[in-house]
Amino acid sequence: MMRVESLFIRGARVVDPAHAHDGVADILIVDGVIREIGKLAAPADIPVIEADGLIAAPGLVDMHVHLREPGFEYKETIAGGTRAAAAGGVTSVAAMPNTKPVNDDPSVTGYMLDKARMAGFANLFPIGAISKGLQGKELTEIGLLKAAGCVAFSDDGLPLMNSGIMRRALDYSRAFGALIIQHAEDSGLVGCGCMNEGEVASRLGLPGIPNASEDILVERDIRLVELTGGRYHVAHISSGGAVASVAKAQEKGLKVTCEAAPHHLVLNDTDVGDYDTNAKMAPPLRNKRDVHALQEALARGTIGVIATDHAPHEEDSKRVPFCHAANGVVGLETLLPITLELVNQGVLPLSKALAAISCNPARLLGLDRGTLTPGCMGDVVLFDPQEQWTVTSQALHGSSKNTAFAERAVKGRVKYTVLAGRIVHQEG
Amino acid sequence: MDPEQNAWTRRHLLGMDGLARHEIGAILDSAQAFRDVNYREVKKVPTLRGKTVINLFYENSTRTRTSFELAGKRMSADVINISASSSSAAKGETLLDTMATLQAMRPDVVVLRHGDSGAPHFLTRHLDAGIVNAGDGQHEHPTQSLLDLLTIQDHLEEMGKTNFEGMNVAICGDVLHSRVARSNAFALRTLGANVRFVGPPTLMPSQAEKVFDIKVHHNMEEGLEEVDVIIMLRLQLERMTAAYLPSVREYFEYWGLTRERLELTQPHALVMHPGPINRGVEIASDVADNPNRSVILEQVANGLAVRMAVLYHLCTGAARNAAQLGESA
Ligand SMILES: [Zn+2]
Repeated sequence: MMRVESLFIRGARVVDPAHAHDGVADILIVDGVIREIGKLAAPADIPVIEADGLIAAPGLVDMHVHLREPGFEYKETIAGGTRAAAAGGVTSVAAMPNTKPVNDDPSVTGYMLDKARMAGFANLFPIGAISKGLQGKELTEIGLLKAAGCVAFSDDGLPLMNSGIMRRALDYSRAFGALIIQHAEDSGLVGCGCMNEGEVASRLGLPGIPNASEDILVERDIRLVELTGGRYHVAHISSGGAVASVAKAQEKGLKVTCEAAPHHLVLNDTDVGDYDTNAKMAPPLRNKRDVHALQEALARGTIGVIATDHAPHEEDSKRVPFCHAANGVVGLETLLPITLELVNQGVLPLSKALAAISCNPARLLGLDRGTLTPGCMGDVVLFDPQEQWTVTSQALHGSSKNTAFAERAVKGRVKYTVLAGRIVHQEG
Repeated sequence: MDPEQNAWTRRHLLGMDGLARHEIGAILDSAQAFRDVNYREVKKVPTLRGKTVINLFYENSTRTRTSFELAGKRMSADVINISASSSSAAKGETLLDTMATLQAMRPDVVVLRHGDSGAPHFLTRHLDAGIVNAGDGQHEHPTQSLLDLLTIQDHLEEMGKTNFEGMNVAICGDVLHSRVARSNAFALRTLGANVRFVGPPTLMPSQAEKVFDIKVHHNMEEGLEEVDVIIMLRLQLERMTAAYLPSVREYFEYWGLTRERLELTQPHALVMHPGPINRGVEIASDVADNPNRSVILEQVANGLAVRMAVLYHLCTGAARNAAQLGESA
């Protein structure tokens, strides 16, 4: 009998950034766990993938995803969202807590984990709320939530504006070594703004959001990290100023990290075009100088993680005038090609790029994923780095199709996604 | 080819941003011709017989709506007015829902006034009709700009000019929230005028100098020096509570148009205002009513002619496009 959780991958270019490994090899996965990597003979009783010409990398880890279940199943479900993850080569997703009910209680965490296990497309790592009901007032049970499976804490979608609460969160979370993730936007400066403040907003007559809204909150939080010694991570960083602040904090040895979203790394506010609501997100697409600063920070390692902020919205939320449209775009299925675009542009080498979407986020969240180390789970993505395709909404697997990359010609196609030795996605 | 077809081939009028000099010229020329209709005994021509124009107004603006209504009727179009009051939360949905109903009426032109910037662009993606932007959010108000241009054009001779080239125009007040300011800045720069924005820093768009190719003054006296035309903007009084401005009293003290300030301009300078005026807030009464300087009433009259011209160009233009589509199908 064939063992379905065992797999032999023959002749792939194996790139494992966790060990700076890059070379042609075979991968043997037995009972869901990586047994051996090297020049191997295929065992007789397990399926084989001929991977000549493909790159085998650790299954991707996306530490910033919105799955919308419970509460907003009309936008996306855990099954649908993890299906999209599998299609994008993503085997581990960290899900933000802004669901209904909010993931501020271990019962919600458990519900999400069960749903993901039943769907079986990807590993789900819930992120708990920092404050009860995302109200920014009382801390959640960080210890109990962590015990239930939460791997980090965030009020994402909403900034934690109250300095006193942020201070307590950073302080209290130290008892559990928990990571605090901030959606850094000063809401007073955001006001009714709906895109980046600058030339394009002035021309379109849309109220703008200045970079200072992000810079100020990141600066404030860094002072609070100095005060408390907590672990702090900036979600979807977008401004050159905020990136500079993070770099300075890192030089001082503070536990400050950040992630950038693919759209902030390659698009800018001119992509809003004629009020394209699929270019509306929070924080907004910034200008070309910010994009350049982000790319440089990624190359230097100040930005260690690329995370999608995958935010599915049903069509009606986007089919309204710009100011009323929901914020956010889907990103799981374009994560790999956009990351490879940065490699092809010479922004950073392949191994470093793959690290930003595998071992780096895994380490931040304390997961034993994102590597092809023997003994670890057999989560693997196999992709053709040369294959060209065009992003279209029909090509996407999730329920919602709000991509900012529609009609973009990209390179790099996921061929197989393997989750614990099982093929969960195969390109036709 | 008919030179007129050459001059105006757009399906919609969404803004003055991007319009070429000859396109603006085409509308102003037709407006001159249509203006005569309004002084005839029988103020009606059959030009748009059989065409349907829908006025879809999500914001109250009796003046603009009446002007479009009359413009359509004087050209024998069937004009339908829809005033949709919109709660701000459901605004977007309402617009999308209304669209299906509108499409069923098969209008030739839809005139849209809406509180959201970009709402008319949104309409172009969901309706087959030609769309006229009658004011969208803080974005543009092209027909107001065109009527301003026509009014200025009528006074070129007093200024010793034959066109807009080199003319100095000050646009004063709440530029940030003003669609009139945006449309006029784009159009006047296209026509070769020098434009300045004058007003408090909190009411200026970001990067205004670069975006609109104009100068910014925060000092009213400086801003009015040597100008040929002053376009005063309406101040939305709710700006006070939103902390853009401390008080009406202070605003008028520093940025109100008074007789003394008017002295700083060219002796022939025109005073314009899109109306309705807040007397004693943005403009002193004696300035607003000064028959030698204020052309505010002429603006209203020109609004009708300009809107007739716009409806004419879009109705016949849209018809041409439809005919072409029919041929190729
Ligand atoms: Zn966020």
